[in-house]
Amino acid sequence: MLSLDLFANAIVAGVLLGGFYAAVAIGLAIAFGQLDIVNIAHPAFVIVGSYIAYIVNTHFGLDPVLIGVLVAPVFFLVGVGIYRIYYAAFERTGQESLSGLAFFFGLMFIIEVVLILVYGVDYRLVRAGYIGETIEVGFVGIPLRMLVPFVVAITCTSAIYLYLSRTFTGRAILAVAQDRLALQLMGADPVRIKQFAFGLAIATTAIAGSLLIIIGPVEPSVGRLYIGRVFAIVVLGGMGSISGMFIAALILGIVETLVATFMGPSWAPAVAFGLLLLTLAVRPAGLLGR
Amino acid sequence: MKISAFWICIAVIFLGGLAFTEVATNEYYFTALYVILQATIMAIAWNILGGFTGYVNFGSAAFFAVGAYTAIALDKALGLPLPLLIVAAAVVCGLIGLGVGYLTLRLKGVYFAIATLAMAIVLETLVTNWTYVGGARGAYILTPENHLWFDSYIQMLFMLMLVLTLGSVAISRKLNSSRLGRGLAAIRDDEVAAECAGVPTLRLKLISTTVMGAMMGVAGAPYPFFVTFVDPVSAFNLFVAVNAIAMPMIGGTAHWIGPVIGALLVGSMQEIITVNVSSELNVLIVGVMLVLFISLAPQGIVGLVQKHVLRRRR
Repeated sequence: MLSLDLFANAIVAGVLLGGFYAAVAIGLAIAFGQLDIVNIAHPAFVIVGSYIAYIVNTHFGLDPVLIGVLVAPVFFLVGVGIYRIYYAAFERTGQESLSGLAFFFGLMFIIEVVLILVYGVDYRLVRAGYIGETIEVGFVGIPLRMLVPFVVAITCTSAIYLYLSRTFTGRAILAVAQDRLALQLMGADPVRIKQFAFGLAIATTAIAGSLLIIIGPVEPSVGRLYIGRVFAIVVLGGMGSISGMFIAALILGIVETLVATFMGPSWAPAVAFGLLLLTLAVRPAGLLGR
Repeated sequence: MKISAFWICIAVIFLGGLAFTEVATNEYYFTALYVILQATIMAIAWNILGGFTGYVNFGSAAFFAVGAYTAIALDKALGLPLPLLIVAAAVVCGLIGLGVGYLTLRLKGVYFAIATLAMAIVLETLVTNWTYVGGARGAYILTPENHLWFDSYIQMLFMLMLVLTLGSVAISRKLNSSRLGRGLAAIRDDEVAAECAGVPTLRLKLISTTVMGAMMGVAGAPYPFFVTFVDPVSAFNLFVAVNAIAMPMIGGTAHWIGPVIGALLVGSMQEIITVNVSSELNVLIVGVMLVLFISLAPQGIVGLVQKHVLRRRR
């Protein structure tokens, strides 16, 4: 039953998948973990990123990763705009818990329906030279369509980790979560910092979206499966801890691949949500919680 | 005085429904009204937790679907009559509500919201892999021959749904104005203060989730007999969850009449748009209305009316 090469292949595939999950979840780790903005629409923005990669790739043949990087500044501005609405309508009046949640839920729903209305429910995919190639290391096969997103995801995560821990603005973002008032006394405006950070969080979804469509074909409702995954990763990682988030992403990737390999792919979606419910019930502070 | 006025209204609506089954001949009216009433029960149920207590449930579709699948499974296994299936669905969904509430309601409200989303997907995966009730392929339900003294089965289902809706309205109104309802409102406004003032917050929240779950199960139980074919994708439809949130939010969450107004208004609008324009567009309109109402009129239609009346009195 449990053959070694099948197991080794599943572990390698799980690590690669987990790295990609980190790229999807990092934006939420900033928005939900640091800023306390429960952006349920986060995966929907990832799907929008995928569709932009698909459109530009089919028309101009650009590399999906490059498209993601080029589109990220636009997403940043969109994120800033959404935070302004969110701040004016909910955060300032202290209604973010109930109405804010429903706001993002509605936003997610609108994005999904608009994509379905415009592009239908067909699966879309991108073309690039490395998709379909595989490197063989011994009996383990490493498909490049997984390896490329993994490398990009690691780069992206490390860059954000360094940014948050080394630069002034980055540290200010971490400070917003801890003590708003103290930040104000230090001469930084919390609202502007949050606005910038939320823009950054949405900008990462442009890149995550282009990685998602490299890994496999995308249709609008795929985003819903990622809600559980990203929240499971962020909660398990300990709310806003970037390194905890990365470990949690790897754990989820490996467990999900093992379940898909040995129990069948139809059980894989439940893994993330099961993990999330388990974390909430047993250790809500997560792995590296504060 | 006010109490009797309410019950007279309930009785008038019930008799009106009965009279309608005698007069109307076009089956479409009953189908459309069934859909609207089903959405009304879902909206009322969502509001018991969302509006009265301030906890957001994104997994309404899961409670609904579990209600439907409880009915399918028990119908297949034991061939129970519909009223017993409804009771069974209420018990099962109430217990699920209690379980999810017990796991997460001690944490921040956000975790409850995310846990309900998670629960919906876990349950959908379970049902998809459960071959007894059809698995991913879905299940066919034969419409029973017996439809009491009504002209057709759909008329009977319509009257059943009307009774269930009126019952839900009565329960919701009772909760809203009772001691329990005031406790829930205290939790919504400031949970820590409520706890300090001696309100048993966890117990009240658990009662609230249990009632919500049971009511959603009740709304889902007759669904298989209404559509005669159920598969996981249609039962766990996100649209059910969106409607359950949008209708109370649009109608107004603080008062028991809010979700009823929202559901009747949005539900009728949806039927008109589905028939005259297209069903995809109608889905989009609900989403847009939800976001607009939350951002611009967080108190809903009830809130707008109250504001208007107050201004006039001044």
